[in-house]
Amino acid sequence: MTDTQVMRGSPPAAALAKKIPRQNMSKSISDATLKRQHLGDKLFRGTTRMFAFLVFALLVAIIISLIQGAWPALKAFGFKFFYAAEWNPVTDEFGALVPIFGTLATSAIALLIGVPVSFGIALFLTELSPKWLRRPLGIAVELLAGIPSIIYGMWGLFVFAPVFQEHVQPWLIDHLSPLPMLGFLFEGAPMGIGILTAGIILAIMVIPFIASVMRDVFEIVPPLLKESAYGLGATTWEVVRHVVLPYTKIGVVGGIMLGLGRALGETMAITFVIGNAHQFSTSLMMPGNSISSALANEFNEATSELHIASLIELGLILFIITFIVLSLSKLLLMQLAKREGKQT
Amino acid sequence: MTNYALPTQHATLEAQDAASEKLAVRNLNFHYGKFHALKNINLSIPGNRVTAFIGPSGCGKSTLLRTFNRMYELYPNQKADGEIVLDGENILDARQDLNRLRAKVGMVFQKPTPFPMSIFDNIAFGVRLYERLSTHEMNDRVEWALKKAALWNEVKDKLKQSGNSLSGGQQQRLCIARAIAVKPEVVLLDEPASALDPISTAHIEELIHELKEDYTIVIVTHNMQQAARVSDCTAYMYLGELIEFGNTDTIFTTPKQKATEDYITGKFG
Repeated sequence: MTDTQVMRGSPPAAALAKKIPRQNMSKSISDATLKRQHLGDKLFRGTTRMFAFLVFALLVAIIISLIQGAWPALKAFGFKFFYAAEWNPVTDEFGALVPIFGTLATSAIALLIGVPVSFGIALFLTELSPKWLRRPLGIAVELLAGIPSIIYGMWGLFVFAPVFQEHVQPWLIDHLSPLPMLGFLFEGAPMGIGILTAGIILAIMVIPFIASVMRDVFEIVPPLLKESAYGLGATTWEVVRHVVLPYTKIGVVGGIMLGLGRALGETMAITFVIGNAHQFSTSLMMPGNSISSALANEFNEATSELHIASLIELGLILFIITFIVLSLSKLLLMQLAKREGKQT
Repeated sequence: MTNYALPTQHATLEAQDAASEKLAVRNLNFHYGKFHALKNINLSIPGNRVTAFIGPSGCGKSTLLRTFNRMYELYPNQKADGEIVLDGENILDARQDLNRLRAKVGMVFQKPTPFPMSIFDNIAFGVRLYERLSTHEMNDRVEWALKKAALWNEVKDKLKQSGNSLSGGQQQRLCIARAIAVKPEVVLLDEPASALDPISTAHIEELIHELKEDYTIVIVTHNMQQAARVSDCTAYMYLGELIEFGNTDTIFTTPKQKATEDYITGKFG
């Protein structure tokens, strides 16, 4: 049956339209309807609340099981676990200094490179780019975010690391290692893989996340607010620095935290390029280890109870680091709000 | 479609008192992409007077206002041709420095737009772009601007608070203070009271009255009573053309054009 046949068989549309409102009007809202709506509202509220509390429950459950699993290591090594560099499954001696340093150093490098680049991308996309370029560039950024981390890892190991080893690292070692204060970061031999390589790969991975969040929040700045600043004669940079950034600071910090979260927890790509060596070195050229890649590499092979417990304690430490980072970002936002002046 | 005979040539300014010409608009045409938004506008805006642009929505009055500080240039596909002469300089000239122009021509918008910073910094922001003042001088300048905008007494004890903590009317006066703090010569007001309650509107109108002693003020308004109350000269625009321009009293009592009369008496618009 086609549409026209249906139409022919039914009463004229005008008559139908008249009929419907008349029916509704004659019916006042009954008590039963009210009651039913009330019940529905209650049910809805209860359900959403339950989901929200589920988050809490999960969090607590994870913390408890982490502590439980890590208990033997906590008992055996105590506080020493945090600063001991030894990691020897044969003698059953474990210390987390190398993976903690690796995780923090790679994440720091990733943010150091990633934040300015992302800021530039977002700024260009929202303020400076010609219109026809916005869409393709925006899509490209989102596509980068969708690439699985193992691809980045393989690309890092097979393509990036050799080039880096051949062309960049020798230069860095030659020119930066004699520097006072910072020189120790660049000592050593060009090996391709290592903390710096892992940090750079991480930077490439977090850029699309940070850039797309920044772009989204820059876009919500009311045009009138920007025009007011331009109207005073401010340059694009002045508008961005004094109006756009303060206006979007929560979103910008949120975007950076999202990137940092990814950097701290990234496993696969890091495992490929960090070198997985449990040797402590302050040089960024040297191979190291990160918490998540130590877990990924060793969990299968860990046999002794202490080894497993130590790995779980590493997980607990990653959890704590994330918690501290989040708290710091909240603190930063509070500080910024104070500078802007109280909202009363 | 319009049935009115529209004069396209120079609208006369018969009663300009002794006021000198501050802004001269000559053969101005404006395009949004292919849309011809302003058609051959010729206009002479007197200094130290309030000039009002009235007309129905979409007639081009805001567009005209936004050519005076070249705000339209923020957006692609918007183009102005012709001449706008401010103190002997054509501001549409590509060589004109935009930031300097905008320091000379301040603007206040439909909605209050306090910057996300303290009340003090809201005022100081624009000043800092051009002048290096000592702390003392800056304090004086902020106080001066806030007093000019009749806001000082209400905010003097909370200069460190966020500009967003003020009421809508106060925020709009803050924006006016911000615009005059850089000591411009011309102040553009784009429906400055459209988002405000009657009391705040009265405040703003009073303020406009006082400001014209020092500044040339151009105001776009939807509210004809407001135009009649605050302005010395009025321009009536329709469909991108300037229909009539003259002394506000004349425009509102004995307009020359039938179209103006119809709009003012509420027959249309």
